Amino acid sequence: MELLIKNGFVYDPINGVNGEKIDIAVKNGKIVEKVNECKAKKINASGMVVMPGGVDIHSHIAGGKVNSGRLLRPEDHYRDFEKKTRITRSGVGRSVPSTFTTGYRYARMGYTMVMDPAMPPLEAKHTHEELSDTPLIDKASYPLLGDWWFVLEYLKDGKIEECARHVAWMITATKGYAIKLVNPGGLEAWGFGNNVSSLDDQIPHFGVTPREIIRGLCKVNQLLGLPHTIHVHTNNLGVPGNYATALETMRCVEDLAAGGKPVIHITHCQFSAFKGDDWRTFESGAEEIANYVNACSHVTLDMGQVIFTDTTTMTADGPFQYSLHTLSGNKWVNHDVETETSTGIVPFHYKRKNYVHATQWSIGLELALLIRDPWKILMTTDHPNGGPFIAYPKIVAWLMSRKAREATLKRINPKARSRSLLQSIDRELDFSEIAIMTRAGQAKALGLNCKGHLGVGADADIAIYNFNPETTDPSRKYKAVRRVFKKAAYTIKNGQIVAKDGEVLRHVNGATFWLNVQTREPAVLTAEMQRRFKEYWTVEYENYPVSENYLAVSHPITVKADV
Amino acid sequence: MSVVTAVTCPVCGCLCDDIELTIHDNKVVKVKNGCAMCEAKFMGYSSEHRLLKPMIRKNGELVKVSITEAVKKAANILAEANYPVLYGWSNTSCEAISVGIELAEEVGGVIDNTSVVCHGPSLLSIQEVGIPSCTLGQVRHRADLIIYWGSNPWSSHPRHIERYTAFSHGRFKKSAWKNYVTKIKALVGRKKVQSAIKRLFVKEKIPSAVALSNFRHTPYLQTGKNSRKLIVVDVRRTKSAEIADYFVQIEPNKDYELLQALRALVRDQELEVDNVAGVPVEYLEEIVDAMVSCDFGALFFGLGLTMSGGKMRNIDAALSLVRDLNMRTKFVIMPMRGHFNVAGANTVFTWQTGYPYAVDFSLGYPRYNPGETSVVDILLRKESDAALIVASDPISNFPRKAAEHLTENPLIAIDPHMNVTAQVADVVIPSAFAGIEAAGTAYRMDHVPIPLKKVVEPPKGVLPDETILQRILAEVKKLKQANVREEA
Ligand code: SF4
Ligand SMILES: [Zn+2]
Repeated sequence: MELLIKNGFVYDPINGVNGEKIDIAVKNGKIVEKVNECKAKKINASGMVVMPGGVDIHSHIAGGKVNSGRLLRPEDHYRDFEKKTRITRSGVGRSVPSTFTTGYRYARMGYTMVMDPAMPPLEAKHTHEELSDTPLIDKASYPLLGDWWFVLEYLKDGKIEECARHVAWMITATKGYAIKLVNPGGLEAWGFGNNVSSLDDQIPHFGVTPREIIRGLCKVNQLLGLPHTIHVHTNNLGVPGNYATALETMRCVEDLAAGGKPVIHITHCQFSAFKGDDWRTFESGAEEIANYVNACSHVTLDMGQVIFTDTTTMTADGPFQYSLHTLSGNKWVNHDVETETSTGIVPFHYKRKNYVHATQWSIGLELALLIRDPWKILMTTDHPNGGPFIAYPKIVAWLMSRKAREATLKRINPKARSRSLLQSIDRELDFSEIAIMTRAGQAKALGLNCKGHLGVGADADIAIYNFNPETTDPSRKYKAVRRVFKKAAYTIKNGQIVAKDGEVLRHVNGATFWLNVQTREPAVLTAEMQRRFKEYWTVEYENYPVSENYLAVSHPITVKADV
Repeated sequence: MSVVTAVTCPVCGCLCDDIELTIHDNKVVKVKNGCAMCEAKFMGYSSEHRLLKPMIRKNGELVKVSITEAVKKAANILAEANYPVLYGWSNTSCEAISVGIELAEEVGGVIDNTSVVCHGPSLLSIQEVGIPSCTLGQVRHRADLIIYWGSNPWSSHPRHIERYTAFSHGRFKKSAWKNYVTKIKALVGRKKVQSAIKRLFVKEKIPSAVALSNFRHTPYLQTGKNSRKLIVVDVRRTKSAEIADYFVQIEPNKDYELLQALRALVRDQELEVDNVAGVPVEYLEEIVDAMVSCDFGALFFGLGLTMSGGKMRNIDAALSLVRDLNMRTKFVIMPMRGHFNVAGANTVFTWQTGYPYAVDFSLGYPRYNPGETSVVDILLRKESDAALIVASDPISNFPRKAAEHLTENPLIAIDPHMNVTAQVADVVIPSAFAGIEAAGTAYRMDHVPIPLKKVVEPPKGVLPDETILQRILAEVKKLKQANVREEA
């Protein structure tokens, strides 16, 4: 099928296109030079913004943890549901939507690819079953490897190549996409109810430190040549004073960077940018983080923006979630996974009038606005931790409009308002910068060459928003910005229009991307490995890997590593 | 003759996946590593009452028909019904469940699984309180205190203790089997001890050092830092109770009182009575000491807690007790799920609809209100007008009034067996055994997904649940389209 998108204002930062009126041609699911004008279906995009489809580098949409969140919160679903239509399946929404609804809602906003960032390897099949049931968008998932016993043991013995081979095996076996670390070392300690509090704490029973894990896996990532960097949720997340830990985490891999390329991604940085000694002296550490990031080139971040709403927090950071439970008194789910990781879930309500919550809201935006290079700071809410992804249009409006920020600032806790750095920030992002933070930069950080741009050969994943930047000023008309980003005029996936003006037109599967990491010497199933496998896990080696039939549409990417 | 390894046992929620089967002539002839229940299933699944042909009731009699006719009839019944119920799902694969949910949505019916009659109250409590839990390997590696409450794993989940808890061998905590073997020896005959030892060492050779005669003199009898303690709370002195370090015999229906007393003691409050639920407070204090001083405690609860007086209140209290214990040490809690894939049914229901059971699609979107949308209540209110039962036998285990309403309306049964429900059904479709004759996925009681293998061919013409349901769904869609066209 051929498609021609005519006369739109195109924002394609990767190809240096900044609002120019050009036509985009699509054939067989790819962007092409040109199509037969007479035969092609034409979309008149005049007076509209055309961008690559949105990409989300970090959003908890599938797997055991998300599903426990759904189970825990029937009250979250009662008021927000979607009826079955001739085309779509029914489902429930709010902070932990059911799988079908998740796919539809992303597509309606013009998103076409979403990364689930926390897959317990032992439960990888569950994540993939849910991803396969999430329609319209492409997706991938990051296996949690920072506390995996194999990693801890190899790193303790300094066997970096062995470690790399096993990580390669694991990513391939779980059909994963990147190396994820969550509170490295802290989750193993949580197995006995403890935690770590600095990069140099010894992890009980294993004799390695968080610093050694972060550096070790960073090196492993380089040895394997994976498309994304290590993806790190820092130690001390959610603890006042943790901006120092975030800085140290970024610093600790500085020397491993080469050629100005990023080697670490600090995720939902807002939660790791707290200054102060306790909740009373709590304040923003965004400026310190921004200053550091502005002066270096080995880091990318995503925001983890807080939205004032009722949501469900869920991370692999068991000890953090427990502290959130004791702090809030809200119901709590914990699920530790043998040999690998943990999980915690706590419902949470961010309130405008609460000093800490309002300051958190401010920190996210401060980071996005103080970090000068939008390629380094990507837009997320760490869905659903900072708030559900359906709130993205609000964030776009805050970033594009000082007026929008002021309107919210007026209504937040007065102490938080008076201390907020936002008062002194005039910066307003333009559509090109928004395109970077919501698609181009995300795809680039992920090393996804076929996503995030509209150059010839790219996947024809396209979003069209009904906003005329020539006649309308997004800074003044921020409510219009919110409106158009909520419902894309068109969402095109693989060259097919899947949603139009908020209505889903098709229920088609997206693909699941995964890395087939081939090492020179594979981590073979030696007798030793088999013995360890039996000892470490309660399932058999044969039953552990995720076979390809768990993926509705499988999209393997082969990575050849020289180890 | 061929040997298949790493087969998953489709019987109980332990979902042991280390079974070794010898297959000869499309039959399982030998089962290794499994318990008696597992062996019985693999060796005897196909013997009696096996359904082989689809049937439809005509003039009061079930007569054999083609699969196409049976599917058409089933689709007709469901498409014409106003408020059908689709029930069962705990003894089949997640893949089949997934199709079942779409079918329920398509016909605007209610889909419910067997949780409604077992751990339904547990799920409701989890939605109130939350749950601190983990995978079973975590217990194996770390737990030094194991509690079974209202559960007798020795007979209901025979390998639970040896694979995951007291008798298992973990990284930080060693198996306590030696202690138990001596204990059993004191209690029962020599033969039983030997078979117990054999089971524990099933993969290794029995070390000569453990030969029974030497037992008393071996250095294995440790009660040190790495040993495990077992507590059993039950109304009866069960087999599991006999091997426990502490047995708390509780008066029937007094679980709530006992749990609240334990909670008070954990919070260092004094109890002003001598006895709670028939248990001396001194004994309880000793148990609470063990609870707060362990490194890692795990409480497993069964239907003895879920179904005794108080039900949901009991589970609320148990979950709260364990949550409180986390202020003192590490503690987890887990329901002992019975059917091999009841956890999978809850899991798939939840990711597709947001709710774990009792999901009503009659308004076109998922609604959940156990008590109202749960199948037994619907039947008791006589609201449904058709039913599809998959891999379950509600006629023989639902309350009589509920079962009666099932039989008063068109009833479809999909099952490998001619069970009571199939005998009274209007459409009967034989299905392949999930995990023996059909592959798929199941979720263990701790929510670890494990593949089910197809190890033998089903009898000729017999299809897996998933395929049968897909065919019914396709037929229902066709009927609906035809209706739309007619109206237009
Ligand atoms: S314990 Fe349960 S799952 Fe394991 S072998 Fe026995 S019946 Fe099968
Ligand atoms: Zn996250």
